[in-house]
Amino acid sequence: MSMSPPRRPPRSLPRRRALQAGAALVAARLLPAGAASMDDLPGVRELTEYLAGRTAQFGRLALDIPRLADNGNAIPLRIAMRGPFAAGAELRTVRLYSEKNPVPLMARFDFAVPPAKAELDTRIRLAGTQRIVAVAELANGDLHAAFADVAVTVSACLDGS
Amino acid sequence: MSARGAGAALVVAALLMLQGGQPAGAEPRSGIAYAGADVRAMQADDVANPGMLWVERGAQLWSAAPAPCAGCHGDAALSMKGVAARHPQWSAGAARVVDVEDRINACRVERQHLPPLARESEDLLALTALVATQSRGLPVAVDVDGPARPAFLRAQAFYAERRGQMNLACTSCHVDNAGKRLLAETISEGHGNAYPAYRLEWQNLGSLQRRLRACLFGVRAEMPPEGSPMLTELELYLGWRARGLAVESPGVRR
Amino acid sequence: MAFARIQLPPSVKRGDPIEVRISIRHPMETGFRVDDVGRTIARNTLRDLVCRYRGAEVFRASLGSGIAANPYLRFYVTATESGEMVFEWVDDAGERGDARAAVVVA
Repeated sequence: MSMSPPRRPPRSLPRRRALQAGAALVAARLLPAGAASMDDLPGVRELTEYLAGRTAQFGRLALDIPRLADNGNAIPLRIAMRGPFAAGAELRTVRLYSEKNPVPLMARFDFAVPPAKAELDTRIRLAGTQRIVAVAELANGDLHAAFADVAVTVSACLDGS
Repeated sequence: MSARGAGAALVVAALLMLQGGQPAGAEPRSGIAYAGADVRAMQADDVANPGMLWVERGAQLWSAAPAPCAGCHGDAALSMKGVAARHPQWSAGAARVVDVEDRINACRVERQHLPPLARESEDLLALTALVATQSRGLPVAVDVDGPARPAFLRAQAFYAERRGQMNLACTSCHVDNAGKRLLAETISEGHGNAYPAYRLEWQNLGSLQRRLRACLFGVRAEMPPEGSPMLTELELYLGWRARGLAVESPGVRR
Repeated sequence: MAFARIQLPPSVKRGDPIEVRISIRHPMETGFRVDDVGRTIARNTLRDLVCRYRGAEVFRASLGSGIAANPYLRFYVTATESGEMVFEWVDDAGERGDARAAVVVA
């Protein structure tokens, strides 16, 4: 699943190295490790109720979704969580929340048996540009969260067919 | 006709062809070339492509009692290969141009003695998708000569004529502005080689005729009724515009 | 109306992750749409989808109106023995559906 168009590499090696170093510096400044926090999660009632005051960790759960949706009716996404999962800390549940949909809890996935690989794809529907949140709960109660912003545009032509 | 009259007719015909078609020498590009990465990925994958759900249902219907299509046509993969790529086409029996949906219903009524299926119904879409996908990868190759010629010319004129509250012709977008943006979308050349297609906007599989009605609604023009000869003739014209493009049915479009 | 397409790898080794892909024909009606005369179209989503492998539940999904129509899922299950993988679901209208595929553990 392609998340963004592939970038063409710069032509010369020294230039590429310099660009890479620069990009790494920029990335480090924009997103230092641990920058994502509970404050980034939208204050949606259902999400707040589920969290019940608990703190989620960021960084281990990844939420891959296009920044600009082709159409709000079907947007592909991938949830992935890095292993290894220690005994007693297996992946049990993943919940997907929408910031602006009329029904914030979009889906809930339960793993009765720990999955061999913690990766899940589906397609969601979004009522407009908003932030999506995924929250994974492990067997020991630990919470891991990830969020992403998706821009959803209206269709250029109305369709009354 | 005198030589001079024939010459004049040739010039007029040439002008009409240039007006309604692609620039001379330009290869048509499928709508998938104008689509975003996610739509392309969905179409390329037969499990992620929702259109394949209708193909599978079509395969079930093909062999279903009481009068299975398979009874006469055997394995669809063999008997239906290339059929969709050649449609619409002139039907001597119907004395007009017919599309795949018309053919399916003609078979149902005349040979299976079953009632016709409504346009855009789940079952007609399923059977059409099954037939169309047997042409997947084959070049669109409709015949616009002979008895189909008047229909082709009528549709070509329709395609270039302004209509609707927005006073736009099909050519206004699909010839004059293909590749340019309309709000956040890129305008395609308007080919029908991926239909029936799963349109994300519809959250459903739909026929090319539905797509044409949607476009007409988009310019606030009157929509001809489903199955109307005008829409079928437009399908024929679009088949000519897309000649050589590979059939992609069931396609995915936004 | 609801039926599904399932894709599993042709065979897997014991202990390996099985990539499971399923696509289900279902409108996932949100309950917020209106028809052409203004009547609200009733909500109908795939409330409960359960995946059982050799009879034991391995995966469950509760899909709401925020999941796209004709839902598509891809997830992983650990391979143990050859056997049947069965999907069963029920939607808000109470309609049940099921689909099955064979897991081949070489």
